[in-house]
Amino acid sequence: MEKDPNNILEEVTQSEYKYGFYTDIEMETAPKGLSEDTIRFISAKKNEPEWLLQFRLEAYRKWLGMTEPTWAHLHHPPINYQDIIYYAAPKKKKELASLDEVDPELIETFNKLGISLEEQKRLSGVAVDAVIDSVSVKTTFSETLEKQGIIFCSFSEAVQKVPELVKQYLGTVVPADDNYFAALNSAVFSDGSFCYIPKGVRCPIELSTYFRINAANTGQFERTLIIGDENSYVSYMEGCTAPMRDENQLHAAIVEIIALKDAEVKYSTVQNWYPGNKKGEGGIYNFVTKRGICKGNNSKISWTQVETGSAITWKYPSVVLMGDHSVGEFYSVAVTNNYQQADTGSKMIHLGKNTKSTIISKGISAGHSSNSYRGLVKMTKRAENSRNFSQCDSLLLGDKCGAHTFPYIKTENKTSIVEHEATTSKISDDQLFYCNQRGIGTESAIGLIVNGYAREVLKQLPMEFAVEAQKLLSISLEGSVG
Amino acid sequence: MLSIKNLRVSINGKEILKGINLEVKPGEVHAIMGPNGTGKSTLASVIAGRDIFDVEEGEIQFRGKDLLDMSVEDRASEGIFLGFQYPVEIPGVSITNFMRTAVNEQRKYRGLDPMPANEFLAKMEEKKQMLEIHAKLANRSVNEGFSGGEKKKNEIFQMAMLDPSLAILDETDSGLDIDALKIVANGVNKLRRPDNAFVVITHYQRLLEYIVPDIVHVLFDGRIVRSGGKELAIELEEKGYEWIRA
Repeated sequence: MEKDPNNILEEVTQSEYKYGFYTDIEMETAPKGLSEDTIRFISAKKNEPEWLLQFRLEAYRKWLGMTEPTWAHLHHPPINYQDIIYYAAPKKKKELASLDEVDPELIETFNKLGISLEEQKRLSGVAVDAVIDSVSVKTTFSETLEKQGIIFCSFSEAVQKVPELVKQYLGTVVPADDNYFAALNSAVFSDGSFCYIPKGVRCPIELSTYFRINAANTGQFERTLIIGDENSYVSYMEGCTAPMRDENQLHAAIVEIIALKDAEVKYSTVQNWYPGNKKGEGGIYNFVTKRGICKGNNSKISWTQVETGSAITWKYPSVVLMGDHSVGEFYSVAVTNNYQQADTGSKMIHLGKNTKSTIISKGISAGHSSNSYRGLVKMTKRAENSRNFSQCDSLLLGDKCGAHTFPYIKTENKTSIVEHEATTSKISDDQLFYCNQRGIGTESAIGLIVNGYAREVLKQLPMEFAVEAQKLLSISLEGSVG
Repeated sequence: MLSIKNLRVSINGKEILKGINLEVKPGEVHAIMGPNGTGKSTLASVIAGRDIFDVEEGEIQFRGKDLLDMSVEDRASEGIFLGFQYPVEIPGVSITNFMRTAVNEQRKYRGLDPMPANEFLAKMEEKKQMLEIHAKLANRSVNEGFSGGEKKKNEIFQMAMLDPSLAILDETDSGLDIDALKIVANGVNKLRRPDNAFVVITHYQRLLEYIVPDIVHVLFDGRIVRSGGKELAIELEEKGYEWIRA
């Protein structure tokens, strides 16, 4: 059984490091289930200050009194929260000697995505030559960033290094009791990223180039906090186009972004978690709360997401436009195939005067999947002369999938303008025939048409990721048309 | 080059082509004329491989290969080009990207490496010059928001880029003003070579003033009822299709 290449991947992701400090590793895992003891255990393991423990405990107590939301257009068996291990030391993957030992299917996907050999090795757990090891690259980056006063590290590290910054901002955008999954995350979050851009600093690099490689192992309850101080700029990329496999079925992350006066934060995600098999078995449940606040005047927060993975996606990256003249943007491509379900969209809450928001959502459904857009645009009384433009398009492949749009609009003043456009279309036989007649096979044709459809969103991505994301869209839809 | 024998085609049980025979040799330009609804476009679609039609009987050979067993894209890569009567829009896909994909997929079929980007762009520029297309086609989405004339010019441009052995132009002249018609005809005339062939499907004789055919066929009620030289087209124009019917 061990020689079956299909099992290697599973083995790689599931087995713990077999040699050495085995006993120690075992002791670092909390028992199954969730209780105050579990939370104290996690907090102690991370050597956290008392206030953070209290933050977690308070969140937990609130969570106990909450119920799982049922309003989303999603269906799944009940989640047993007592059957989850909430703390495990980062798993050390078994190192493989060469790429020959990796699942050929995975290698094929890597090649289609155009991922370099070295990176393929990293992602699949093959030992990498120390000279080309990107740790040295990481060091170079870190030095560049440090010189400018940028703090970019893991969340746990930040708690130790800059506790006052974490304390000042943690939970200010997504309060611990914001929703059921946010409360759960606030109680048990594992790790994630912390980023602080000081006043007047324009981050010289995409905080992605190195992050991608280190994206793994943040655990299932990721917590990210990004602070753009006055007049700063940062472009941040989360995730990975390469397929991400994880045995943890439930993921509940929180991302909080704070943009102070004149600051701009651009956040891009590619989400490609395991979507389950063709019959809809397995796959990640991804319940994410992402929200940014344009706290200062003239600030800007922009979300761009490409969602192709997960069995279930529940995610509404939002912007609270508090400062006058602030700008919120949301660009999304969500692909569902086979039995995947996505209920995703955005919320734009206009509080400040002359604020502006844009929502561009492109849903692509294939197979037996279900793809919903859910969005809220709210113009409060104070938000005079504000504008929103929303465009929600759905593309259907085949006739067994579903697309739904749930736009909510609330306007409390008379000077704001909200525009909403929605379309539903199909890839027509005429389009496919036209492409085929030029020599383009059906799968390539679908890739071409889908990428054209999503172009408005893809062009928002940092260049290198745009290219990979294009390929990813095609790969996600392979075999979706007979 | 193209040899069609006793082709019978139906759609939803209704017979449209009732035994077509057609021989096209390299270097020839054939015109197929006939009233609306007699099967001209069906014939073009069946040669290209559209699967909504049922081929009941007969065979189509193209350069010695049996076409009916081939997929649409393989037929294209073998050198068959169809200029569409109603080209579809593909939003968001630039003509550059579309053509590059097509050229490289066809090259792949023929065992060639993808064409280098600079070579490809130079080829696009060259073909635009040749066809006297001045519009900035390259970055526009395929047919999106194009006028009728622009769509047809774009078909001719694609034909020039793909350089097929056999080009079938399905009513490419319909809805064109005289200037656009000249560009289309000019394109065909410039691309004519001893080793390629054209089948021009048209309702009117007008196009044939600019593209001079070697052989004219009249398609009527699913059959080629008459074939002749270019005079046949003129005769048809004068006497009308009633003359055939009689």
